[in-house]
Amino acid sequence: MSDFPFLTTLGVIPLVGAAVVSLLPKGSARLARPVALVFSLITLVVGIVAATQFKTGGGQPQFQLTETHSWIPQFGVSYALGVDGMALALILMSLVLVPISLLAAWNDVPEGGRREQTYFALLLVLETFMVGVFAATDVFLFYVFFEAMLIPVYFLIGLYGGPRRQYAAVKFLLFSLFGGLIMLVAVIALYQQGPGGDQGFLVSTLTGLNMSASTERLLFVGFFIAFAIKAPMWPVHTWLPDAASESKPAVAVLLVGVLDKVGTFGMIRFCLQLFPEASKWATPVVIILALISIVYAAIAAIGQNDMMRLIAYTSVSHFGFIVLGIFAVTQTSMIGSQLYMINHGFTTAALFLFAGFLIVRGKSKNITDYGGWQRITPVLGGVFLIAGLSGLALPGLNSFVSEFLVMIGTFQRYQVAGGIAVVGVVLAALYVLLMIKNVLTGPKPQLAAGPDGTLALGDDGTRPHTGVTDTLFDEPDTKIEDIPAEAKVRGSSIRDLDLREKTVAGVLVAILVVLGFFPKPALDLLRPAVSQTLQHVGVQDPSPHADANPEGSSK
Amino acid sequence: MHDATGVASVGWLMIALPLLGAAVLLLGGKALDKAGPYLAVLLSWAAFVIGLLIVLQLRGRGAEERAMHLHLYSWIPAGSLNLDAGLLIDQLSTTFVLLITFVGSLIMVYSLGYMEHDPDKRRFFAYLNLFVASMLLLVLADSYVLLFVGWEGVGLASYLLIGFWNWNPAYATAANKAFFLNRVGDMGMLLAMFIMFWAWGKLDFAGVNAAVAGTGKGTLLAIGLCLLVAACGKSAQFPLQSWLGDAMAGPTPVSALIHAATMVTAGVYLIVRSNVIFTASENARLAVCIVGAITLAAGAIIGCAKDDMKKALAASTMSQIGYMVLAAGLGPVGYAFAIFHLVTHGFFKAGMFLGAGSVMHGMNDQVDMRRFGGLSTVMKITWVTFGLGFLAIIGFPGLSGFWSKDKIIESAFIGEGWKPWVFGLTALLAAGVTAFYMSRLFFMTFMGKRRWTEDVHPHESPLTMTIPMMILAVGSAFLGLILGPTNIITDWLEPVVGAHEEGHPVIGQYPLMAITVVLMIIGVAIAWKMYWRDDVPITPPVGSPLTQAARRDLGQDDLNEAVFARPGLHLTRSLVFFDNKVVDGGGNGMAAGIGGSSARLKKMQNGYVRSYSLTMLLGVVAILGAWWVVQ
Repeated sequence: MSDFPFLTTLGVIPLVGAAVVSLLPKGSARLARPVALVFSLITLVVGIVAATQFKTGGGQPQFQLTETHSWIPQFGVSYALGVDGMALALILMSLVLVPISLLAAWNDVPEGGRREQTYFALLLVLETFMVGVFAATDVFLFYVFFEAMLIPVYFLIGLYGGPRRQYAAVKFLLFSLFGGLIMLVAVIALYQQGPGGDQGFLVSTLTGLNMSASTERLLFVGFFIAFAIKAPMWPVHTWLPDAASESKPAVAVLLVGVLDKVGTFGMIRFCLQLFPEASKWATPVVIILALISIVYAAIAAIGQNDMMRLIAYTSVSHFGFIVLGIFAVTQTSMIGSQLYMINHGFTTAALFLFAGFLIVRGKSKNITDYGGWQRITPVLGGVFLIAGLSGLALPGLNSFVSEFLVMIGTFQRYQVAGGIAVVGVVLAALYVLLMIKNVLTGPKPQLAAGPDGTLALGDDGTRPHTGVTDTLFDEPDTKIEDIPAEAKVRGSSIRDLDLREKTVAGVLVAILVVLGFFPKPALDLLRPAVSQTLQHVGVQDPSPHADANPEGSSK
Repeated sequence: MHDATGVASVGWLMIALPLLGAAVLLLGGKALDKAGPYLAVLLSWAAFVIGLLIVLQLRGRGAEERAMHLHLYSWIPAGSLNLDAGLLIDQLSTTFVLLITFVGSLIMVYSLGYMEHDPDKRRFFAYLNLFVASMLLLVLADSYVLLFVGWEGVGLASYLLIGFWNWNPAYATAANKAFFLNRVGDMGMLLAMFIMFWAWGKLDFAGVNAAVAGTGKGTLLAIGLCLLVAACGKSAQFPLQSWLGDAMAGPTPVSALIHAATMVTAGVYLIVRSNVIFTASENARLAVCIVGAITLAAGAIIGCAKDDMKKALAASTMSQIGYMVLAAGLGPVGYAFAIFHLVTHGFFKAGMFLGAGSVMHGMNDQVDMRRFGGLSTVMKITWVTFGLGFLAIIGFPGLSGFWSKDKIIESAFIGEGWKPWVFGLTALLAAGVTAFYMSRLFFMTFMGKRRWTEDVHPHESPLTMTIPMMILAVGSAFLGLILGPTNIITDWLEPVVGAHEEGHPVIGQYPLMAITVVLMIIGVAIAWKMYWRDDVPITPPVGSPLTQAARRDLGQDDLNEAVFARPGLHLTRSLVFFDNKVVDGGGNGMAAGIGGSSARLKKMQNGYVRSYSLTMLLGVVAILGAWWVVQ
């Protein structure tokens, strides 16, 4: 079994699925959804089988499940795939998220027909590219997947998004292309620095090159800008809130939860591994940018009224943590960052999809249009709360382990940075709890069908404060009897989660809880990859200093 | 340390059973609306039984042989940070286990009556079970990280229960406020763990305790202060205390269990659990004492001014925890007394909160004590049980508070220089104030003339509610006598908190006891004159500036509002504006620029063949150039 081309298979199955979905005859167009779901589930099963073939013990080569074929030997380009623990974990996360997203996207294209077929086919094509980009062990092949991913996402946003979808799609494309082109220059220049030959683009060929310091730094910057846009980091993050807000929730999940990980994945695989010296040189700047991302995006999230934008900003803040952990380069911070990539995928998926469930019902993305929804959709309210708690890294849920590891590992080397990052923890409580309060709590909303059939919210005291105008510390002086009685009891036509949505929610919540209490399988997978990276960079963990005083603002 | 054997080897069941209850109740849906609450109560009692068996098992061993460690599983194997989940079953943790499960289970029985008609009572009991499980995890954890899981778990349960009636937006805000201020404290907890890992590479109690010796003073002080910040958040100590009063928005059994008897005392547990660190750092202990002294005084002053019965009790809780924190800050002379007072306080304060709930139950949820009065005649059981708690807290000779609080006052006078005088006198005077505000509360509620609103018909509560009150009242009365003068509690805790140091107070022990009792009598007497003999006005008098400030919690909310909330609001608004206009504007400006250049590029498509062929030539040259470079 070990010679079986698992990774290629993982890429091909969704592609076949996409073809089948888009070629379905007109009469059976309604089959597009189940067919797409089945193909994504088959991919997941194959992915799990592939994972069982992966060995986590010591003494393994960097990449396993490898396939290498000559592609364009004149340019040294190979079709080379392979995974380490990090890549495999990211691929598995993607394979889990795709069927969940498909299920959540079930009614995204209500008109059905050709348009629906295209939608689901594009999602499957995207899955292929996701596998490819994480599995590529040839720099050029990686670049091809890196750029190819843009195409399905562009159409998914531009054709199926909200009212400002054109703007958001073009903005996404321009930012990505800008970074991609800089990276292309760096990719070619890197090849020039290498030994060349018909396998000249392989990561293994290009690792440990002898370059002049200035060349290495230029190449590092070329790659890093592309990854920083993708990740996204401050100040090149502004495409993400628009793209996430205009996308369908399922697309936002794959965009923010998976595709953006290519940025942080790339920083580890390419920036650190190929340019270790330049990485050290750039560390101070990168850490400052990461800290700005953490704090700045968290504050920006507090001020958002659009739920989807809010979640996008929380992601920018969380990416700040991931980048911080990567560039602090301790064993603990690095494994924390890699685990964070996985956890963030699931947490963001839960937040986007559950917010999507709310938006489908409330017909609005604005937090101020909600309030009291715990009373009418208790199950949805409950799972939304759990997703939010995961977003604020509550211990016992998945994100805590990774955020904790990132911060404590960073603190080992950079006390001030670790101390500042903690502020993000407090701010996270604010952006999550204010949203939860304004959406879920308060008197039961009175809902009535408006003239156009959409739901409008009643207005006698049922609209709570917005997140922005609410003050944190007002006294609870409203008496129970001040609340209009009908506000407590009047029902509405809004239904709680149906079976399909409960499945989506149940799977995601289970993952959030299990990874919180039992992250061992993921950590076992990641540990060897972390050691490998540290070896490439050539950095040792600082040893405990019991006798010294902590520096800086560590109090 | 020994590996757990016997009953202790299934100690994890104490956490798992209530957790299971929470999950079953939450997932079970409406089918469990009737049976669910009973299941929750049963599982909580089961945890108590296991805890009791473990304590009996521990008692059967020699004092130094009692502590046991129960390894559970490999939790975070992250390489250099390799953390297992395990339980530390020792004298300190089991003391808490008994307090939590016994008082907790009693309060859950009480809740069966109190919440009988609430449509969401299944959810209520699920949250209570979640709380019990988290609190047990907090005290049983064998490492700071696992403790932190329980620490935030109880915070979550507290948040959910404060906001249990969150259709009232103000209650939802109170819940948010509690969670948020706790998070600020948690920042301290995280930083403490970071410094520990940085300095020692350890996060489990055994590893940390072993590494403390030989560590620099600065590091220890930093860790101590960070732990203190964490304790301030959780235990509502100055300057993070302002959430506790608002937390009374939760149903009264919640106030009794979480915001009086158990969760708010977790900060004291944290400090005593970290006693090796605090013993080694005198400055950190001094900071703890200062925080405790400020809070016990502030809480006592606020308690005198509140007319809301629950808020007055909340202020009292704050003040009493201040005593415990002060005791913990005194070091080896005080650790055991901090825990002793914590246990007796858990009984009498929980009992009084349940009494308050019983009063509210009979008075249509009225909490304004100016509308009470004369209830002793109609609610005899509540009156007597509350009265025992009242006598216990003011330190009536022989009752629980007399043994535990007076020990703290006495310990505070031990030492040299200015410290014993400042801390001792603060604790002593506040004891007099305590007697005043508690008597005020008791007399306004149960004595004097009836000042009821017209529509109320107070009546005694059902037995499900009064029996737990009676049991807690018995505990309030006699627990101190059983544990204190016999030295049971100090001997029991000695292997964990170190040998109890006998010190000599700067005032003799017996004169001090006499002064305390005199102050108590004065406090009661003043309250008797103002609130029993004289009529209590229904509208509160304007009051002195101090009273007015105390009504507003001594301005803590105003300060938070002015220093953090408003500037934070402006910062958020300006940052969002900046992000949209400046940062994003940069990107959009670039896009506009590209749009402009593409308009110019469009002009190149001019239809002239010569111009196209020139472009083609340039392209070919470029490709050949690239080829040459690459080769």
